[in-house]
Amino acid sequence: MKKIQAIVKPFKLDDVKDALTEIGVKGMTISEVKGYGRQKGHTEIYRGAEYVVDFIPKVKIEIVVSADMVDLVVDTIRDTANTGKIGDGKIFVIPIERIVRVRTGEEDHDAI
Amino acid sequence: MISAADTAFILAAAGLVLLMTPGLALFYAGMVRSKNVLGTMMQSFFMIALISIEWVYLGYSMSFGPDVGGVIGDLSWFALSGVTTAPSADYATTIPQIVFMIYQCMFAIITPALITGAFAERVRFVPFLVFAFLWAVFVYNPVCHWVWGKGGWLGSMGVMDFAGGLVVHVTCGAAAFASILVIGPRRGFGKRSFIPHSLPLTFIGTGLLWFGWFGFNGGSALAADEVAATAFVATHLAGMAGMLMWVIVEWVVLRRATTLGAMSGAIAGLATITPAAGFVGPNSAIIIGCIAGLVCFGAVNLKVKLKLDDSLDVVGIHGVGGAVGTLCLGIFASTAVNPGGVDGLLAGNMAQLWKQAFGVVVVGGYTLIVSWILLKVVHITLGLRVSEEAEVGGVDYAEHSENAYNS
Repeated sequence: MKKIQAIVKPFKLDDVKDALTEIGVKGMTISEVKGYGRQKGHTEIYRGAEYVVDFIPKVKIEIVVSADMVDLVVDTIRDTANTGKIGDGKIFVIPIERIVRVRTGEEDHDAI
Repeated sequence: MISAADTAFILAAAGLVLLMTPGLALFYAGMVRSKNVLGTMMQSFFMIALISIEWVYLGYSMSFGPDVGGVIGDLSWFALSGVTTAPSADYATTIPQIVFMIYQCMFAIITPALITGAFAERVRFVPFLVFAFLWAVFVYNPVCHWVWGKGGWLGSMGVMDFAGGLVVHVTCGAAAFASILVIGPRRGFGKRSFIPHSLPLTFIGTGLLWFGWFGFNGGSALAADEVAATAFVATHLAGMAGMLMWVIVEWVVLRRATTLGAMSGAIAGLATITPAAGFVGPNSAIIIGCIAGLVCFGAVNLKVKLKLDDSLDVVGIHGVGGAVGTLCLGIFASTAVNPGGVDGLLAGNMAQLWKQAFGVVVVGGYTLIVSWILLKVVHITLGLRVSEEAEVGGVDYAEHSENAYNS
Protein backbone atom coordinates (compact mmCIF):
# COMPACT_ATOMS: atom_id res chain seq x y z
CA MET A 1 0.00 0.00 0.00
CA LYS A 2 1.30 3.36 -0.93
CA LYS A 3 0.19 6.95 -0.54
CA ILE A 4 0.67 9.05 -3.64
CA GLN A 5 0.93 12.70 -2.82
CA ALA A 6 0.95 15.02 -5.79
CA ILE A 7 1.38 18.79 -5.85
CA VAL A 8 -0.11 20.17 -9.06
CA LYS A 9 -1.25 23.42 -10.59
CA PRO A 10 -4.79 24.29 -9.46
CA PHE A 11 -6.18 24.54 -12.99
CA LYS A 12 -5.14 20.93 -13.65
CA LEU A 13 -7.15 19.47 -10.77
CA ASP A 14 -10.28 18.62 -12.76
CA ASP A 15 -8.30 16.91 -15.52
CA VAL A 16 -6.30 14.87 -13.01
CA LYS A 17 -9.41 13.84 -11.08
CA ASP A 18 -11.18 12.70 -14.26
CA ALA A 19 -8.16 10.74 -15.46
CA LEU A 20 -7.73 9.02 -12.09
CA THR A 21 -11.40 8.11 -11.91
CA GLU A 22 -11.09 6.56 -15.36
CA ILE A 23 -8.28 4.22 -14.30
CA GLY A 24 -10.26 3.10 -11.25
CA VAL A 25 -9.11 5.28 -8.38
CA LYS A 26 -12.03 5.34 -5.94
CA GLY A 27 -11.25 8.33 -3.75
CA MET A 28 -8.86 11.12 -3.04
CA THR A 29 -8.24 13.96 -0.62
CA ILE A 30 -7.31 17.37 -1.89
CA SER A 31 -6.02 20.49 -0.12
CA GLU A 32 -5.37 23.98 -1.32
CA VAL A 33 -1.76 24.68 -0.41
CA LYS A 34 0.87 27.31 -1.14
CA GLY A 35 4.50 26.90 -1.87
CA TYR A 36 7.32 27.33 -4.31
CA GLY A 37 9.97 25.27 -5.97
CA ARG A 38 12.42 26.15 -8.71
CA GLN A 39 10.00 28.53 -10.35
CA LYS A 40 10.05 30.71 -7.18
CA GLY A 41 7.08 33.03 -6.57
CA HIS A 42 5.44 35.53 -8.85
CA THR A 43 5.34 39.32 -8.93
CA GLU A 44 2.30 41.46 -8.29
CA ILE A 45 2.06 45.18 -9.15
CA TYR A 46 0.65 47.75 -6.75
CA ARG A 47 0.84 51.46 -7.63
CA GLY A 48 3.65 50.82 -10.03
CA ALA A 49 5.76 48.94 -7.49
CA GLU A 50 6.42 45.25 -8.08
CA TYR A 51 6.22 42.91 -5.12
CA VAL A 52 7.48 39.34 -5.06
CA VAL A 53 4.98 36.87 -3.67
CA ASP A 54 6.97 33.84 -2.51
CA PHE A 55 4.24 31.29 -2.03
CA ILE A 56 1.96 30.61 -4.92
CA PRO A 57 -1.24 28.54 -4.83
CA LYS A 58 -1.07 24.82 -5.61
CA VAL A 59 -3.33 21.83 -5.04
CA LYS A 60 -2.19 18.80 -3.07
CA ILE A 61 -3.82 15.49 -4.05
CA GLU A 62 -3.50 12.50 -1.73
CA ILE A 63 -4.47 9.00 -2.85
CA VAL A 64 -3.85 5.63 -1.22
CA VAL A 65 -3.62 2.66 -3.58
CA SER A 66 -2.39 -0.91 -3.57
CA ALA A 67 1.20 -1.43 -4.73
CA ASP A 68 0.25 -2.76 -8.15
CA MET A 69 -1.60 0.47 -8.98
CA VAL A 70 1.24 2.83 -8.09
CA ASP A 71 2.95 3.14 -11.44
CA LEU A 72 -0.29 3.59 -13.34
CA VAL A 73 -1.50 6.30 -10.96
CA VAL A 74 1.82 8.14 -10.98
CA ASP A 75 2.01 8.01 -14.77
CA THR A 76 -1.57 9.21 -15.10
CA ILE A 77 -1.01 12.20 -12.82
CA ARG A 78 2.27 13.03 -14.54
CA ASP A 79 0.73 12.89 -18.00
CA THR A 80 -2.35 14.89 -17.06
CA ALA A 81 -0.76 17.59 -14.91
CA ASN A 82 2.15 18.22 -17.26
CA THR A 83 2.13 21.55 -19.10
CA GLY A 84 5.83 21.57 -19.92
CA LYS A 85 6.31 24.82 -18.03
CA ILE A 86 8.17 25.41 -14.80
CA GLY A 87 6.04 24.99 -11.66
CA ASP A 88 4.07 21.93 -12.77
CA GLY A 89 4.60 20.24 -9.39
CA LYS A 90 5.88 16.97 -7.92
CA ILE A 91 4.65 13.48 -7.07
CA PHE A 92 5.74 11.66 -3.92
CA VAL A 93 5.17 7.96 -3.23
CA ILE A 94 5.06 7.14 0.47
CA PRO A 95 4.71 3.74 2.17
CA ILE A 96 1.60 3.15 4.26
CA GLU A 97 1.71 0.83 7.30
CA ARG A 98 -1.93 0.34 8.12
CA ILE A 99 -5.37 1.49 6.97
CA VAL A 100 -8.63 1.30 8.93
CA ARG A 101 -12.07 2.12 7.51
CA VAL A 102 -13.88 3.97 10.29
CA ARG A 103 -17.42 2.78 9.45
CA THR A 104 -16.81 -0.98 9.25
CA GLY A 105 -13.48 -1.57 10.90
CA GLU A 106 -12.11 -3.21 7.71
CA GLU A 107 -8.36 -2.99 7.42
CA ASP A 108 -5.62 -2.55 4.82
CA HIS A 109 -6.51 -3.70 1.25
CA ASP A 110 -10.19 -4.10 2.15
CA ALA A 111 -10.21 -0.55 3.43
CA ILE A 112 -8.74 1.19 0.37
CA MET B 1 -30.31 87.78 2.15
CA ILE B 2 -30.61 84.05 2.60
CA SER B 3 -31.18 81.94 -0.50
CA ALA B 4 -33.07 78.71 0.07
CA ALA B 5 -31.42 77.12 -2.98
CA ASP B 6 -27.90 78.02 -1.84
CA THR B 7 -28.61 76.85 1.69
CA ALA B 8 -30.01 73.53 0.52
CA PHE B 9 -27.07 73.03 -1.82
CA ILE B 10 -24.40 73.75 0.78
CA LEU B 11 -26.11 71.56 3.39
CA ALA B 12 -26.14 68.72 0.87
CA ALA B 13 -22.52 69.47 -0.06
CA ALA B 14 -21.53 69.39 3.63
CA GLY B 15 -23.08 65.94 3.92
CA LEU B 16 -21.13 64.81 0.84
CA VAL B 17 -17.85 66.09 2.24
CA LEU B 18 -18.48 64.32 5.54
CA LEU B 19 -19.07 61.08 3.62
CA MET B 20 -15.54 61.39 2.22
CA THR B 21 -14.05 60.62 5.64
CA PRO B 22 -15.60 57.14 6.07
CA GLY B 23 -14.89 56.74 2.34
CA LEU B 24 -11.25 57.54 3.02
CA ALA B 25 -11.27 55.08 5.92
CA LEU B 26 -12.33 52.30 3.51
CA PHE B 27 -9.93 53.52 0.81
CA TYR B 28 -7.00 53.27 3.21
CA ALA B 29 -8.21 50.15 5.05
CA GLY B 30 -8.21 48.08 1.87
CA MET B 31 -4.56 48.90 1.24
CA VAL B 32 -3.20 47.76 4.60
CA ARG B 33 -2.67 44.21 5.85
CA SER B 34 -5.62 42.44 7.48
CA LYS B 35 -4.19 42.90 10.99
CA ASN B 36 -4.23 46.72 10.69
CA VAL B 37 -7.63 47.35 9.14
CA LEU B 38 -9.50 48.69 12.17
CA GLY B 39 -6.63 50.84 13.41
CA THR B 40 -6.38 52.45 9.97
CA MET B 41 -10.12 53.07 9.74
CA MET B 42 -10.29 54.43 13.27
CA GLN B 43 -7.58 57.01 12.60
CA SER B 44 -9.74 58.49 9.85
CA PHE B 45 -13.19 57.97 11.33
CA PHE B 46 -12.42 59.28 14.80
CA MET B 47 -11.40 62.64 13.29
CA ILE B 48 -15.13 63.27 12.92
CA ALA B 49 -15.43 63.43 16.70
CA LEU B 50 -12.10 65.03 17.56
CA ILE B 51 -11.95 67.74 14.93
CA SER B 52 -15.66 68.62 15.07
CA ILE B 53 -15.33 69.53 18.72
CA GLU B 54 -12.03 71.32 18.11
CA TRP B 55 -13.73 73.23 15.28
CA VAL B 56 -16.62 74.41 17.45
CA TYR B 57 -14.40 75.73 20.23
CA LEU B 58 -11.25 76.83 18.41
CA GLY B 59 -11.01 75.97 14.74
CA TYR B 60 -13.81 77.99 13.21
CA SER B 61 -12.88 81.14 15.08
CA MET B 62 -9.15 80.71 14.40
CA SER B 63 -9.80 80.09 10.70
CA PHE B 64 -12.58 82.50 9.86
CA GLY B 65 -12.94 84.74 12.94
CA PRO B 66 -11.92 88.42 13.03
CA ASP B 67 -8.43 88.78 11.58
CA VAL B 68 -5.35 89.44 13.71
CA GLY B 69 -2.53 90.76 11.54
CA GLY B 70 -3.37 88.58 8.54
CA VAL B 71 -2.07 85.58 10.46
CA ILE B 72 -4.92 84.13 12.47
CA GLY B 73 -8.53 84.68 13.46
CA ASP B 74 -9.11 85.77 17.06
CA LEU B 75 -11.07 83.62 19.47
CA SER B 76 -14.14 85.87 19.71
CA TRP B 77 -16.24 83.14 18.06
CA PHE B 78 -15.24 80.61 20.75
CA ALA B 79 -17.96 77.98 21.15
CA LEU B 80 -19.71 79.48 18.11
CA SER B 81 -20.47 82.64 19.99
CA GLY B 82 -22.39 84.88 17.58
CA VAL B 83 -22.38 82.25 14.85
CA THR B 84 -26.07 81.99 14.09
CA THR B 85 -28.51 81.28 11.30
CA ALA B 86 -28.01 84.86 10.11
CA PRO B 87 -25.62 85.11 7.15
CA SER B 88 -22.05 86.26 7.71
CA ALA B 89 -21.13 89.67 6.30
CA ASP B 90 -17.86 88.26 4.90
CA TYR B 91 -18.38 84.67 3.84
CA ALA B 92 -21.10 83.01 1.78
CA THR B 93 -23.53 85.85 2.28
CA THR B 94 -26.58 83.98 0.99
CA ILE B 95 -26.57 81.13 3.49
CA PRO B 96 -26.84 80.96 7.28
CA GLN B 97 -23.38 81.35 8.80
CA ILE B 98 -23.90 78.15 10.76
CA VAL B 99 -24.20 76.30 7.45
CA PHE B 100 -20.90 77.79 6.27
CA MET B 101 -19.39 76.80 9.63
CA ILE B 102 -20.44 73.14 9.37
CA TYR B 103 -19.43 72.94 5.71
CA GLN B 104 -15.92 74.14 6.55
CA CYS B 105 -15.86 71.76 9.53
CA MET B 106 -15.99 68.82 7.12
CA PHE B 107 -12.81 70.03 5.38
CA ALA B 108 -11.03 70.35 8.72
CA ILE B 109 -12.03 66.74 9.54
CA ILE B 110 -10.76 65.04 6.42
CA THR B 111 -7.41 66.84 6.24
CA PRO B 112 -5.72 65.22 9.26
CA ALA B 113 -7.42 61.94 8.30
CA LEU B 114 -5.61 62.10 4.95
CA ILE B 115 -2.22 62.33 6.69
CA THR B 116 -2.70 58.96 8.41
CA GLY B 117 -2.08 57.06 5.19
CA ALA B 118 1.60 57.98 5.42
CA PHE B 119 2.19 56.25 8.76
CA ALA B 120 -0.43 53.52 8.52
CA GLU B 121 0.29 50.23 10.33
CA ARG B 122 2.72 51.58 12.94
CA VAL B 123 1.29 54.39 15.09
CA ARG B 124 -0.41 54.34 18.50
CA PHE B 125 -3.93 55.68 18.60
CA VAL B 126 -3.98 58.09 21.56
CA PRO B 127 -0.64 59.80 20.84
CA PHE B 128 -1.88 60.17 17.25
CA LEU B 129 -5.00 61.94 18.56
CA VAL B 130 -2.83 64.38 20.51
CA PHE B 131 -0.83 65.07 17.35
CA ALA B 132 -3.99 65.51 15.24
CA PHE B 133 -5.41 68.02 17.72
CA LEU B 134 -2.19 70.03 17.89
CA TRP B 135 -1.87 69.88 14.11
CA ALA B 136 -5.38 71.26 13.64
CA VAL B 137 -4.58 74.16 15.97
CA PHE B 138 -1.07 74.99 14.77
CA VAL B 139 -1.23 74.07 11.08
CA TYR B 140 -4.72 73.68 9.63
CA ASN B 141 -6.37 76.66 11.31
CA PRO B 142 -3.64 79.22 10.54
CA VAL B 143 -3.16 78.04 6.94
CA CYS B 144 -6.93 78.05 6.42
CA HIS B 145 -7.00 81.64 7.70
CA TRP B 146 -4.07 82.73 5.51
CA VAL B 147 -5.72 81.42 2.36
CA TRP B 148 -9.47 81.64 2.95
CA GLY B 149 -9.98 83.87 6.00
CA LYS B 150 -10.96 87.49 5.48
CA GLY B 151 -7.72 89.45 5.90
CA GLY B 152 -5.55 86.32 5.62
CA TRP B 153 -2.19 87.34 4.15
CA LEU B 154 -1.86 84.79 1.36
CA GLY B 155 -5.40 85.37 0.14
CA SER B 156 -4.89 89.14 0.34
CA MET B 157 -1.85 88.97 -1.92
CA GLY B 158 -3.83 87.07 -4.52
CA VAL B 159 -2.93 83.42 -3.88
CA MET B 160 -5.97 81.45 -5.02
CA ASP B 161 -7.25 78.09 -3.81
CA PHE B 162 -10.75 77.16 -4.88
CA ALA B 163 -11.47 74.11 -2.74
CA GLY B 164 -8.36 73.22 -0.79
CA GLY B 165 -5.37 72.43 -2.98
CA LEU B 166 -3.22 74.33 -0.51
CA VAL B 167 -5.36 74.23 2.62
CA VAL B 168 -6.13 70.50 2.42
CA HIS B 169 -3.83 68.67 0.02
CA VAL B 170 -0.50 70.49 0.31
CA THR B 171 -0.83 70.60 4.10
CA CYS B 172 -1.62 66.91 4.42
CA GLY B 173 1.12 66.01 1.94
CA ALA B 174 3.77 68.07 3.76
CA ALA B 175 2.68 66.74 7.16
CA ALA B 176 2.78 63.22 5.73
CA PHE B 177 6.36 63.81 4.60
CA ALA B 178 7.32 65.07 8.07
CA SER B 179 5.70 62.04 9.67
CA ILE B 180 7.70 59.63 7.53
CA LEU B 181 10.91 61.32 8.66
CA VAL B 182 9.98 61.24 12.35
CA ILE B 183 8.26 57.87 12.63
CA GLY B 184 10.40 55.85 10.22
CA PRO B 185 9.55 52.92 8.01
CA ARG B 186 7.54 49.84 8.92
CA ARG B 187 9.54 46.86 10.15
CA GLY B 188 10.61 44.79 7.18
CA PHE B 189 10.20 47.72 4.77
CA GLY B 190 12.15 47.01 1.59
CA LYS B 191 12.55 43.33 2.51
CA ARG B 192 8.98 42.09 2.77
CA SER B 193 5.93 42.80 0.64
CA PHE B 194 3.14 44.85 2.24
CA ILE B 195 0.43 43.78 -0.15
CA PRO B 196 -3.06 45.33 0.16
CA HIS B 197 -5.42 42.91 1.90
CA SER B 198 -8.63 43.94 0.12
CA LEU B 199 -8.65 46.12 -2.96
CA PRO B 200 -12.47 45.84 -3.18
CA LEU B 201 -12.63 47.87 0.07
CA THR B 202 -10.34 50.43 -1.53
CA PHE B 203 -12.65 50.42 -4.52
CA ILE B 204 -15.71 51.23 -2.39
CA GLY B 205 -13.72 53.98 -0.68
CA THR B 206 -12.68 55.44 -4.03
CA GLY B 207 -16.31 55.57 -5.15
CA LEU B 208 -17.38 57.34 -1.96
CA LEU B 209 -14.49 59.80 -2.24
CA TRP B 210 -15.33 60.63 -5.85
CA PHE B 211 -19.01 61.10 -4.93
CA GLY B 212 -18.10 63.27 -1.95
CA TRP B 213 -15.67 65.30 -4.06
CA PHE B 214 -18.63 66.85 -5.88
CA GLY B 215 -19.62 68.39 -2.56
CA PHE B 216 -16.02 69.27 -1.78
CA ASN B 217 -15.40 71.15 -5.02
CA GLY B 218 -18.93 71.95 -6.20
CA GLY B 219 -19.92 73.24 -2.77
CA SER B 220 -16.86 75.47 -2.60
CA ALA B 221 -18.73 77.87 -4.88
CA LEU B 222 -20.76 78.45 -1.70
CA ALA B 223 -23.85 78.95 -3.84
CA ALA B 224 -25.92 76.91 -6.29
CA ASP B 225 -24.71 78.91 -9.25
CA GLU B 226 -22.64 78.84 -12.45
CA VAL B 227 -19.38 78.50 -10.55
CA ALA B 228 -20.71 75.41 -8.77
CA ALA B 229 -21.65 73.95 -12.14
CA THR B 230 -18.16 74.72 -13.52
CA ALA B 231 -16.48 73.16 -10.50
CA PHE B 232 -18.69 70.05 -10.56
CA VAL B 233 -17.95 69.37 -14.23
CA ALA B 234 -14.22 70.10 -13.86
CA THR B 235 -14.06 67.74 -10.88
CA HIS B 236 -15.56 64.83 -12.75
CA LEU B 237 -13.51 65.38 -15.88
CA ALA B 238 -10.22 65.66 -14.00
CA GLY B 239 -10.99 62.49 -12.03
CA MET B 240 -11.67 60.49 -15.15
CA ALA B 241 -8.64 61.96 -16.96
CA GLY B 242 -6.43 61.09 -13.99
CA MET B 243 -7.63 57.49 -14.10
CA LEU B 244 -7.20 57.28 -17.87
CA MET B 245 -3.68 58.68 -17.80
CA TRP B 246 -2.45 56.57 -14.87
CA VAL B 247 -3.69 53.39 -16.52
CA ILE B 248 -2.10 54.32 -19.85
CA VAL B 249 1.25 55.07 -18.22
CA GLU B 250 1.09 51.87 -16.20
CA TRP B 251 0.30 49.86 -19.29
CA VAL B 252 3.16 51.42 -21.22
CA VAL B 253 5.68 51.00 -18.38
CA LEU B 254 4.56 47.73 -16.80
CA ARG B 255 2.39 46.13 -19.49
CA ARG B 256 -0.45 45.80 -16.99
CA ALA B 257 -3.47 47.96 -16.18
CA THR B 258 -4.06 47.52 -12.43
CA THR B 259 -7.18 48.31 -10.44
CA LEU B 260 -5.18 50.11 -7.75
CA GLY B 261 -3.62 52.17 -10.53
CA ALA B 262 -7.04 53.15 -11.89
CA MET B 263 -8.20 54.14 -8.40
CA SER B 264 -4.97 56.01 -7.65
CA GLY B 265 -5.20 57.93 -10.89
CA ALA B 266 -8.77 58.98 -10.17
CA ILE B 267 -7.86 60.24 -6.70
CA ALA B 268 -4.80 62.02 -8.13
CA GLY B 269 -6.97 63.76 -10.74
CA LEU B 270 -9.55 64.76 -8.14
CA ALA B 271 -6.94 66.11 -5.73
CA THR B 272 -5.15 68.01 -8.47
CA ILE B 273 -8.24 69.75 -9.84
CA THR B 274 -9.35 70.80 -6.35
CA PRO B 275 -7.59 74.20 -6.18
CA ALA B 276 -8.56 75.06 -9.76
CA ALA B 277 -12.02 73.49 -10.05
CA GLY B 278 -14.08 76.70 -10.12
CA PHE B 279 -11.65 78.62 -12.32
CA VAL B 280 -11.13 76.38 -15.35
CA GLY B 281 -13.25 75.07 -18.20
CA PRO B 282 -13.83 71.41 -19.13
CA ASN B 283 -10.90 71.08 -21.54
CA SER B 284 -8.44 72.56 -19.09
CA ALA B 285 -9.80 70.22 -16.42
CA ILE B 286 -9.09 67.22 -18.65
CA ILE B 287 -5.53 68.43 -19.27
CA ILE B 288 -5.02 68.98 -15.54
CA GLY B 289 -6.32 65.47 -14.84
CA CYS B 290 -3.91 64.01 -17.40
CA ILE B 291 -1.01 65.92 -15.86
CA ALA B 292 -2.07 64.57 -12.46
CA GLY B 293 -2.08 60.97 -13.69
CA LEU B 294 1.37 61.35 -15.19
CA VAL B 295 3.08 63.34 -12.44
CA CYS B 296 1.58 61.46 -9.48
CA PHE B 297 2.48 58.11 -11.05
CA GLY B 298 6.04 59.40 -11.30
CA ALA B 299 6.00 60.68 -7.72
CA VAL B 300 4.73 57.36 -6.34
CA ASN B 301 7.43 55.49 -8.24
CA LEU B 302 10.06 57.90 -6.99
CA LYS B 303 9.06 56.96 -3.43
CA VAL B 304 9.96 53.37 -4.15
CA LYS B 305 13.37 54.46 -5.43
CA LEU B 306 14.02 56.82 -2.48
CA LYS B 307 13.03 54.05 -0.01
CA LEU B 308 10.65 56.32 1.91
CA ASP B 309 7.87 54.35 3.58
CA ASP B 310 4.88 56.58 2.82
CA SER B 311 2.62 53.56 3.37
CA LEU B 312 -0.35 54.64 1.27
CA ASP B 313 1.24 57.37 -0.89
CA VAL B 314 -0.13 60.51 0.75
CA VAL B 315 2.86 62.59 -0.39
CA GLY B 316 2.91 61.23 -3.93
CA ILE B 317 -0.79 61.61 -4.58
CA HIS B 318 -2.22 64.31 -2.30
CA GLY B 319 0.87 66.44 -1.66
CA VAL B 320 2.18 66.39 -5.21
CA GLY B 321 -1.36 66.54 -6.65
CA GLY B 322 -2.30 69.55 -4.50
CA ALA B 323 0.90 71.38 -5.38
CA VAL B 324 0.65 70.63 -9.11
CA GLY B 325 -3.03 71.66 -9.13
CA THR B 326 -2.23 74.91 -7.35
CA LEU B 327 0.34 75.68 -10.06
CA CYS B 328 -2.06 74.58 -12.81
CA LEU B 329 -4.51 77.17 -11.51
CA GLY B 330 -1.87 79.78 -12.30
CA ILE B 331 -1.60 78.39 -15.82
CA PHE B 332 -5.14 77.45 -16.84
CA ALA B 333 -7.45 79.78 -14.86
CA SER B 334 -9.54 82.11 -16.96
CA THR B 335 -11.96 84.90 -16.16
CA ALA B 336 -13.81 83.86 -19.30
CA VAL B 337 -14.83 80.77 -17.31
CA ASN B 338 -15.34 82.47 -13.95
CA PRO B 339 -15.57 86.28 -14.05
CA GLY B 340 -15.02 86.32 -10.29
CA GLY B 341 -11.79 84.32 -10.61
CA VAL B 342 -8.39 85.15 -12.08
CA ASP B 343 -6.52 84.84 -15.34
CA GLY B 344 -3.60 82.44 -15.51
CA LEU B 345 -0.57 82.18 -17.76
CA LEU B 346 -2.50 81.03 -20.83
CA ALA B 347 -4.81 84.05 -20.49
CA GLY B 348 -1.74 86.29 -20.45
CA ASN B 349 -1.24 86.71 -16.70
CA MET B 350 2.21 85.44 -15.76
CA ALA B 351 2.04 86.99 -12.30
CA GLN B 352 -0.61 84.56 -11.05
CA LEU B 353 1.66 81.55 -11.56
CA TRP B 354 4.33 83.13 -9.35
CA LYS B 355 1.76 83.84 -6.68
CA GLN B 356 0.59 80.23 -6.79
CA ALA B 357 4.16 78.93 -6.60
CA PHE B 358 4.80 81.23 -3.64
CA GLY B 359 1.70 79.80 -1.94
CA VAL B 360 2.93 76.23 -2.43
CA VAL B 361 6.37 77.03 -1.02
CA VAL B 362 5.04 78.93 1.99
CA VAL B 363 2.27 76.50 2.92
CA GLY B 364 4.41 73.43 2.19
CA GLY B 365 7.42 74.81 4.09
CA TYR B 366 5.43 76.02 7.11
CA THR B 367 3.51 72.76 7.34
CA LEU B 368 6.61 70.63 7.01
CA ILE B 369 8.47 72.47 9.77
CA VAL B 370 5.60 72.79 12.25
CA SER B 371 4.40 69.23 11.66
CA TRP B 372 7.91 67.91 12.22
CA ILE B 373 8.15 69.80 15.54
CA LEU B 374 4.72 68.59 16.70
CA LEU B 375 5.48 65.01 15.71
CA LYS B 376 8.82 65.12 17.54
CA VAL B 377 7.23 66.52 20.68
CA VAL B 378 4.50 63.88 20.74
CA HIS B 379 6.95 61.13 19.81
CA ILE B 380 9.35 62.02 22.63
CA THR B 381 6.72 62.62 25.31
CA LEU B 382 4.08 59.99 24.54
CA GLY B 383 5.67 57.65 21.98
CA LEU B 384 3.95 57.68 18.62
CA ARG B 385 5.21 54.32 17.49
CA VAL B 386 3.77 50.96 18.49
CA SER B 387 6.05 48.35 20.09
CA GLU B 388 7.71 45.74 17.92
CA GLU B 389 5.37 43.07 19.27
CA ALA B 390 2.31 45.21 18.50
CA GLU B 391 3.58 45.97 15.02
CA VAL B 392 4.10 42.31 14.20
CA GLY B 393 0.78 41.28 15.79
CA GLY B 394 -1.09 44.19 14.22
CA VAL B 395 -2.39 47.46 15.61
CA ASP B 396 -6.01 46.27 15.54
CA TYR B 397 -5.57 44.00 18.51
CA ALA B 398 -2.77 45.95 20.19
CA GLU B 399 -4.52 49.33 20.12
CA HIS B 400 -8.21 48.45 20.02
CA SER B 401 -8.56 44.87 21.35
CA GLU B 402 -10.44 43.95 18.20
CA ASN B 403 -9.86 42.14 14.94
CA ALA B 404 -11.43 43.00 11.61
CA TYR B 405 -11.78 39.40 10.51
CA ASN B 406 -12.37 36.35 12.67
CA SER B 407 -11.65 33.00 11.11
